[in-house]
Amino acid sequence: MSLKIIVLAKQVPDTRNVGKDAMKADGTVNRAALPAIFNPEDLNALEQALRLKDANPGSTVTILTMGPGRAAEIIREGLYRGADNGYLLTDRAFAGADTLATSYAISMAIRKIDGYDLIVCGRQAIDGDTAQVGPQVAEKLKLPQITYVEEILGVENGKIKAKRRLERGVETVEGPLPMLLTVNGTAPDCRPRNAKFVQKYKHAKTVTEKQEADADYTDLCNSRPYLNLPEWSVADVNADVKACGLSGSPTKVKKIESVIFQAKESKTLTPADDEIESLMKELIANHTIG
Amino acid sequence: MANFYLDNPSLKHHLNHPLMKRIVELKERNFADKDQYDYAPVDFEDAMDSYDKVLEIVGEICGEIIGPNAEGVDHEGPTVSNGRVTYAQGTQQNLDATVKAGLMGISMPRRYGGLNFPIVPYIMAADIVSRADAGFENLWGLQDCAETLYEFGNEDQRQRYIPRVCGGETMSMDLTEPDAGSDLQSVMLKATYNEQDGYWYLNGVKRFITNGDADIHLVLARSEEGTKDGRGLSMFIYDKRNGGVNVRRIENKMGIKGSPTCELVFKNAKAELCGDRKLGLIKYVMALMNGARLGIMAQAVGLSEAAYREGEAYAKERRQFGKAIIEFPAVYEMVALMRAKADASRAMLYETARFVDIYKALDDIAKERKLTPEERAEQKRYAKLADAFTPMGKGMTTEYANQNAYDAIQIHGGSGFMKDYACERIYRDARITNIYEGTTQLQVVAAIRHVTTGTYLNRMREYEAMEYKPELEGLKKRLIAMTEKYAEMVQRVTDSKDNEYIDFMARRLVESGAHVIFGYLLLQDVNACECFLRSAEVYINYGEAEVAKHFHFITTFDTDALGYYKQ
Repeated sequence: MSLKIIVLAKQVPDTRNVGKDAMKADGTVNRAALPAIFNPEDLNALEQALRLKDANPGSTVTILTMGPGRAAEIIREGLYRGADNGYLLTDRAFAGADTLATSYAISMAIRKIDGYDLIVCGRQAIDGDTAQVGPQVAEKLKLPQITYVEEILGVENGKIKAKRRLERGVETVEGPLPMLLTVNGTAPDCRPRNAKFVQKYKHAKTVTEKQEADADYTDLCNSRPYLNLPEWSVADVNADVKACGLSGSPTKVKKIESVIFQAKESKTLTPADDEIESLMKELIANHTIG
Repeated sequence: MANFYLDNPSLKHHLNHPLMKRIVELKERNFADKDQYDYAPVDFEDAMDSYDKVLEIVGEICGEIIGPNAEGVDHEGPTVSNGRVTYAQGTQQNLDATVKAGLMGISMPRRYGGLNFPIVPYIMAADIVSRADAGFENLWGLQDCAETLYEFGNEDQRQRYIPRVCGGETMSMDLTEPDAGSDLQSVMLKATYNEQDGYWYLNGVKRFITNGDADIHLVLARSEEGTKDGRGLSMFIYDKRNGGVNVRRIENKMGIKGSPTCELVFKNAKAELCGDRKLGLIKYVMALMNGARLGIMAQAVGLSEAAYREGEAYAKERRQFGKAIIEFPAVYEMVALMRAKADASRAMLYETARFVDIYKALDDIAKERKLTPEERAEQKRYAKLADAFTPMGKGMTTEYANQNAYDAIQIHGGSGFMKDYACERIYRDARITNIYEGTTQLQVVAAIRHVTTGTYLNRMREYEAMEYKPELEGLKKRLIAMTEKYAEMVQRVTDSKDNEYIDFMARRLVESGAHVIFGYLLLQDVNACECFLRSAEVYINYGEAEVAKHFHFITTFDTDALGYYKQ
């Protein structure tokens, strides 16, 4: 069966390559020092969506992202890999949102998208690490959800079967469509950008970008509708502005600290099996590993 | 995120050469494809931007997947069972990534599913892939065979096979046999025509076939019974789906271990003729080989780059006698010369690729309409230059790849002799490049013609006439002096009218000519970017001394002494 799949994706600062200038003096993230990237687990989610599309001809993959104007790059990155279209949810009123306000805005945008069978997103984003947005979106849309997905095994008779990666093993579950899935980083890496898609979509722009860019290829965009990326504001998705952004966010950050790990004690072991074994037991017992 | 395109600015420099304007113009023909294909460029800048963006994908796959997989692939290698080859796990992963990224059939026309890229960006991708894993370049680079299929196959064959290659099916060119290596005229694999079904059937053995279990093979076979020379050979297409060819064994090689080198047994393998009978060797294989030689040049350049990077990084990191070893003259000279040889090789690679681009694009246009007299002259001029630069470039750059790999190990000292560092793999991988697709000795045989007829000298004079920045005048004067020495050597040797003596001195002449040409190419690079100044200075110092050495040898050599060299 052909499926309508929505992938939720987020542009995040690349916290994996944190240099010493990653934090500002006031304890906030120095976004200028960190490149903006496609949230890694959202790429795993996109790959799962694209695999479903490959296996079910006629399916479509739509990228939905919320962020500032430059987050349009996330939609293009999705298109370069095989997504069909995308929406950028952008409005000053969305700024400063915690997970509650974010999931509200996203759920309102999804309501506006014409029908869907599946929503797929990464388990969590590397900037906040909350893992809350996916499940909250499902709740707001009153959808069933499968979290920690490592592999979608297939869709049959309106049901989806997926493998979940849990702390102590793997679980295979099945549930009815429409459904929301959150995908783990242990799922297969996303496919590379495709040479043809890159050439096809590289001029795709939002209205705002078209106004900013030196009018190159504007005629081309006008003659090819797929090169125009829709932007949605609070009003476009019929959202209540009070529930969005900072005003809709009960979470308040009290303090941010830059933690520097320091070795406090050291131990010297002789390279004998029993010494190593007792160290391993100790490390497992105090949850350093395992 | 490692990206082997973005971390090497000299690639963008070569991609943006002024001649690209003409190349894109010939390749895109008024950008007519834009209305039919959503991925076709709409103007020159758009086309160049597409090459850049696609090379960025290549760079990312190489930095993130192919490069990191290289060591595992080298250890694991391919296996064969029941006549079929299984690639190493990493190789399969590399192949899947390149196929998904749409990097197959890069230079093929869009109507067959290709990207219609010129040779320059295609060869640049090969350069990048080779730096990551030279062995994988052998598999990926065999998409080159589609070029031969496109040039010489009929429309029906193009439509049936080329889209499959663009979709990711692999190719092989089955030429070598146990008794036919450098001498392909001795090929014995028998092709028999069956009147009833109109197909040819192949019987015999092929050896040293790279990727011999490919989906689509181009096979050189003897179609004319009773003949013994090259004129009895034709080219065939064998489709693995039809069966009839088994892999008997794969070779246990010194390097490029991820690439399966197969011995093939053809048992009544159904095949179809590609092009005309009897032109297999004399026309098609010659064309195939020229393309393949350019591919090997790219492989050599990638290896030279990799060797330089390994050597330089280690020299900076390794401390002895209280300082990093790169601070010692004996080491920094090696590092600087490696950089210079890599840069000179790369300059030669893209100069040659541009020549090939122009003449091939004009060849292709000639299929659709008659060329104007100017276009015909342009085609002839660049075809000749390509013919001259390909063997000189292949010969020199592959020797440099070996020299750089050797020096990379030397810089590593005892550690370089261990399996722990990439330099030992690069050393083994480089060793084949100056052997296959024609040994350096055979490249000299192909190049000497252009020494004696003056193709190289004329080109040197053209380079001399180009504009250079005033501060490069000193280097240019030295290149002019080298040119004079070269011309004198050529004169002396050819004046002898003794073919054996000419052959004896041929490599010295070709190398001397190459030093002048490489020097000029680097000078042009400095013209565009100051960043090449170091390599130009270092290379010209090196080349000048080499030319003087050859000059001394030739001018003091007593022809009677030839006897001492013979048995």
